[in-house]
Amino acid sequence: MGDYVLLAISCIFVNNILLAQYLGCCPFMGTSKKMETAVGMGMAVIFVLVMAGAITWLIEAYVLKPFGLEYLRTIAFILVIASLVQFVEMFLRKSIPALYKGLGIFLPLITTNCAVMGVCLININEEYTFIQSLVTSFSYAAGFGLALVLFAGVRERILLARVPKPLEDTAIGLVTAGMLALAFFAFKGMA
Amino acid sequence: MAKSITQEFTKGLWDEIPPFRLVLGLCPTLAVTKSVENGLGMGVAVIFVLVCSNMLVSLLRNIIPPKVRIACFIVIIATFVIVVELLMQAYTYPLFLKLGIFIPLIVVNCVVLGRAEAFAYKNGIVRSIVDGFGIGAGFTISLVAIGALREVFGSGTFFGIPVFGPSFQPFTFMIEAPGAFVCLGLMLSLMNLAGNE
Repeated sequence: MGDYVLLAISCIFVNNILLAQYLGCCPFMGTSKKMETAVGMGMAVIFVLVMAGAITWLIEAYVLKPFGLEYLRTIAFILVIASLVQFVEMFLRKSIPALYKGLGIFLPLITTNCAVMGVCLININEEYTFIQSLVTSFSYAAGFGLALVLFAGVRERILLARVPKPLEDTAIGLVTAGMLALAFFAFKGMA
Repeated sequence: MAKSITQEFTKGLWDEIPPFRLVLGLCPTLAVTKSVENGLGMGVAVIFVLVCSNMLVSLLRNIIPPKVRIACFIVIIATFVIVVELLMQAYTYPLFLKLGIFIPLIVVNCVVLGRAEAFAYKNGIVRSIVDGFGIGAGFTISLVAIGALREVFGSGTFFGIPVFGPSFQPFTFMIEAPGAFVCLGLMLSLMNLAGNE
């Protein structure tokens, strides 16, 4: 049990998917302008990533590996993720409309979120077991959500500040992300 | 207004240069630009995928039904990404190891999907190839520029060759994650400054 906690902490803080591994930067810049969208996106990623992590692990272990089809991994994973996202969207719309309203518009964006695909590939490359994969998927997604919400908070403040013209919008966003990454960088000492 | 073929090419080099003008494809930009070599390798891989996928999407644009077009694009792109992956594994193995999971992740690089959707699906084959080449070249130039900046200051080398004397203390901040964000942000602001004049 202790191992899993350690793994989770290392995924959330030390190897934060956004700020240390640079995955998922596009939605990071795109959806962090408002706190609400950041929270929505974070939740949607947690939701999809845990499922995608589990399913891609099973596909790797029971379909691709036994038949020696590892070279098809990229295409198999992206199709699984894309159809999973569609499926989740339809399922939520039908059965949990409240949650669908919250996550709705963010779900299609997740298909091209490299954090999802990236974590699935990391799970395979590091040869994690099924349980470990579940733990890493959840914690990477939680780390993503955490970074996104923190960043949105900072960005809402920046809106009120006077920023030099050439630095407006994305440029100042990236510099701020750098500062945030610097803060997370301190966790490296714990590993 | 129809643009000439040369214009289709050169727009990728300045007017629509990713990732600066089109803020797409940030993840590989940040992750692989620790050195010039990595940036160049990634850029060439992206050019290949972009040109091939643009070509095929443009060829099939009358066959692909609009409702499932995104899924079709992804399958086409994934196919070429696998080709690149296998080629790099065979011929440039050290680079393949360095780029790691970022090669398969070209699939979800928004630049590639974005061009398929915004350009190749609406234009003829020659234009699409030229567009893919232009945008890919622009992307490569950006990666090399950021890579050069980070490598020169972060490890004091250029293409692995030391550029400063032995007394140089590497500014390690630049090759770590925070440096990547700050570096890209500052370059973006420089581009804005240059573009506004």
